[in-house]
Amino acid sequence: MNYEIIVVGGGHAGCEAALASARKGHNTLLITGNINNIADMPCNPSIGGSAKGIVVREIDALGGEMGVNADKGLIQIKMLNSGKGPAVQALRAQADKITYPKEMLKTLKNTKNLEIKEGMVEDLIIEENKVKGIILEDNTKILSEIVILTTGTYLKADIMVGDTRRREGPHGERPSNHLSDNLRKYGLKIIRLKTGTPQRIDKNSIDFTKTKKELGDNVYRTFSFDRKASYDIDKQVPCHLVYTTEETHKIIRENLNKSSMYGGLNDVTGVGPRYCPSIEDKVVRFADKERHQLFLEPESLYYDDIYLQGFSTSMPYDVQEKMVHSIKGLENAKILKYAYAIEYDAIYPTQMKLSLENKIIENLFTAGQINGTSGYEEAAGQGLIAGINAALKLEGKDPLILKRNEAYIGVLIDDLVTKGIRDPYRLLTSRAEYRLLLRSDNADLRLREYGHQVGLINDERYNNYLNKIKKIEEVKEILNNNKITPTEEVNKFLEEHNSSILKDGISLYNLLKRTEINMENIKNFIELNYEEEILNEVEIDIKYEGYIKKANQEAEKMLKLENKKIPKDIDYSKIKNIASEAKQKLQEINPESLGQALRISGVNPSDISILSVYLKRNYKNESK
Amino acid sequence: MDDTIAAISTSSGVGAISIIRVSGKDSIQIVNKIFKGKNLNNVKTHTINYGYIVEKEKKIDEVLVTVMKAPKTFTAEDTVEINCHGGIITTKKILELLILNGCRLAEPGEFTKRAYLNERIDLLEAEAVMDIINSKTEKSLSLAINQLSGNTSNLINKLKEKELKILSNIEVNIDYPEYEDIEVLTNDKILPKLEEIKEEMKDIIKNSEEGKLIKEGINTAIIGRPNVGKSSLLNLLLEEEKAIVTDIEGTTRDIIEGKIVLNGIILNILDTAGIRKTDNIVEEIGVKKSIELIDKSDLILFVLNNNEQLTEEEMNIMEKVKEKKYITIINKCDLENKLEIEKLNLKNIIYMSTLNKEGIIELKNKIIEIYDLEEIENNDMTYLNNARSIALLKESLNLVENAIKNIKNAFPIDIVEIDIKESCTKLNEILGENYNENLLNELFSNFCLGK
Repeated sequence: MNYEIIVVGGGHAGCEAALASARKGHNTLLITGNINNIADMPCNPSIGGSAKGIVVREIDALGGEMGVNADKGLIQIKMLNSGKGPAVQALRAQADKITYPKEMLKTLKNTKNLEIKEGMVEDLIIEENKVKGIILEDNTKILSEIVILTTGTYLKADIMVGDTRRREGPHGERPSNHLSDNLRKYGLKIIRLKTGTPQRIDKNSIDFTKTKKELGDNVYRTFSFDRKASYDIDKQVPCHLVYTTEETHKIIRENLNKSSMYGGLNDVTGVGPRYCPSIEDKVVRFADKERHQLFLEPESLYYDDIYLQGFSTSMPYDVQEKMVHSIKGLENAKILKYAYAIEYDAIYPTQMKLSLENKIIENLFTAGQINGTSGYEEAAGQGLIAGINAALKLEGKDPLILKRNEAYIGVLIDDLVTKGIRDPYRLLTSRAEYRLLLRSDNADLRLREYGHQVGLINDERYNNYLNKIKKIEEVKEILNNNKITPTEEVNKFLEEHNSSILKDGISLYNLLKRTEINMENIKNFIELNYEEEILNEVEIDIKYEGYIKKANQEAEKMLKLENKKIPKDIDYSKIKNIASEAKQKLQEINPESLGQALRISGVNPSDISILSVYLKRNYKNESK
Repeated sequence: MDDTIAAISTSSGVGAISIIRVSGKDSIQIVNKIFKGKNLNNVKTHTINYGYIVEKEKKIDEVLVTVMKAPKTFTAEDTVEINCHGGIITTKKILELLILNGCRLAEPGEFTKRAYLNERIDLLEAEAVMDIINSKTEKSLSLAINQLSGNTSNLINKLKEKELKILSNIEVNIDYPEYEDIEVLTNDKILPKLEEIKEEMKDIIKNSEEGKLIKEGINTAIIGRPNVGKSSLLNLLLEEEKAIVTDIEGTTRDIIEGKIVLNGIILNILDTAGIRKTDNIVEEIGVKKSIELIDKSDLILFVLNNNEQLTEEEMNIMEKVKEKKYITIINKCDLENKLEIEKLNLKNIIYMSTLNKEGIIELKNKIIEIYDLEEIENNDMTYLNNARSIALLKESLNLVENAIKNIKNAFPIDIVEIDIKESCTKLNEILGENYNENLLNELFSNFCLGK
């Protein structure tokens, strides 16, 4: 049987890629080591978080599955950063580790054009630098036009605890032993990365009276733009907060030589994430800190494991026991799973195009941890784009490339492809230059049009979006057309709300611009029968109009450079006067536009000037 | 290619006239913002227009502005040329104003590059330009690095680090919202930190402008009643230092009578003609003229006659002089003392006899002392010495002030942060560094986070 698209790996990237491809009508195979581990959450039991939560909204706006699936499987949800302004708010949910994968598998199974198989992929069929299919460990060949690799941490995975090292993936699954070597053979640069996960503790052995409770929000929230919340607000499961103690730190310091990371054991070569240091790393680097904060996060309603967030380590089991028991509330804790570090192979991401297609092997796409990222959301975002672009390629259409001012997913992919990575890449709000534009509330306004264009958003969902736009415009018009005058009553109201009194009439639109006046106050002057979502959108648009305008202007400047395409066949060695370091970097990354070229580290604005002159001179018609 | 660029087109140094060239789609509109005269947006192309360059109503210089609309210009873009009066200080001031109003300082060779890109010049010429662009960029790059050596870059770095500290703390609060053991930076906590940064920026700007004075010339006025010996003092100074007497006429502005180079530092001696002319006329005019001159000057040499009693005008001028850097010269010490020195509420007193050429060394030493010239010669100059850096720092300061305003207006932190971030970007531009990498490094090295 031949397929149009084969997706290798059933994690968060693989699920999105397979769904996008199949939903776009292409005959798709999802092949995975173990069907029971599809959409598994091997690390933290949560979806979303700062920046990541916005990615989930973007996935939903584009017609991906993660948001919908998280809504089905969440046991607690909250809006983070609600006091810090509109640009940085993001949803985070505790997702049930049983329900989430179960619901995803159900969706996959109910999707037309999608077949799911078990198998271990060890090689690719490559002819003339073009992928033609996959080869399984028993040498079975399966042909396809396009292959999407979403293998996560399973390439040559090694699990490390203390001084032991075992060749296996999460849950003791078998990893792929040869695929990364074969990719290297085909000319790809492979790097080794590392990450870790903390202990799971038996809920029944924790003394919760010594912990601090962390609750979900008391308003209903969903990731998806089209769904009503399906959980009970009062039945949300809390998380709990605990702290390390002096004793914990002492145990760690005394046993540092036993940690595979600090002891130099196992010759660990992988590079670990800077933003997720192990607890031994934290204790060493921040020696003056008296305590470190840890979260107890429930993994599921259906079993008793509690995830000990913040305590990832590669200490041996006996030391881990001591460490855990030194924490207040966990004195008698029973460890159900020990913390471990995992080392794995990844492809250096600058070898991809912005479409996520490989530059060396045609029709090969990659997404997720294999590209050096970390996090379920980052993986899913890439998976969705890889799936969409693989399908678009089959259809002979241009790829969907999200710009840095359009989506965090765009920032993520551009960073990977343009800058490369040093450690596993996590999205942070600080990586986005236009974050006032990339908000959680407006993900649909930014991306739904694309979702509809590529065919993943049906007419019903699309009309919801059009309707939302219409309503937003209506409200703005109403606020613009309605003025209040300085009557005694009005001024009294303003005074009560610490707002300066009026001397002349003012439109409600302009009144809302005042920081101390919110939409609720405006409703005092006019009846507005619109959903909260609509009014919120209008309020942000009006209140931050100046800054949004400025961000848009900045973005436009960037786009102009972005639209200056660089021909693929350009030979940088022929350009005089570009600094040699810049030349080398340009040759390596082969940027698609002047804008992308400017973001490469080591390339200076003066190099870009020279490059633009060269382009103008030698490619007169193309660069216009 | 879409921004509007500006640069001084004439060679630096003292010339009768300097030309500042502005090119790009907004050039006419930008120049118009700082021009007082006809509305340049409405004048015909290829016309010369008379008027003033102004900064908030204050006249900076009397100028001729040539307006040339695209495509018949050197760059084939809208171009404006400002003809102003020679002096470096004025010319740079105008350039600074242009930058503050939306121009970008042109890269070396950029006008020519634009001319080429807009197909005004041919390929052969362009090849040559490419070489120039390159060599000049490399040179200006190393120049930029050199000028930021030592203390100066330290100052900017310190500011940058302070801002980065605030920023990374805010970012951590945003990206790790639930880590309660990291201090949550609220607007209240940021405000004093920003106020501190603001004051430091103001200081650097002030020092830089002073530094610029030292490098580009200290405008020095010799003030005094008729017959106290101003002219002889001037001649003595000029003679002593074998000064180049330039006496550039042709402006309605200050006339530089002469230049003295003192320990490598230039004193521009301003014309005191205004006062000399009144020698035989009514004295009040003299006072008025003196006061005008004091306003324009950086350093005042206030000359009194040892042989005469203090006049009322002198008492009046004295008060004005005290607002500036000044040296009190009591001349004609070879004659009988009639001056009531005890009535003088002045410092930096030098006793001279211009007739006998006495006291001139003491005077020079005093000037050196006031400007710490020796110190400056030996030490690294802790100021920004080019228009670009100063303009960038001023922009950075504006952004900090904006952030402060937003805090006072109770804007949320992510909005407040936008201006701080941009301010930091400007500082990085001065230093030639990459903002984003900086921030991430700061973030990961200073905060303890993890899974």
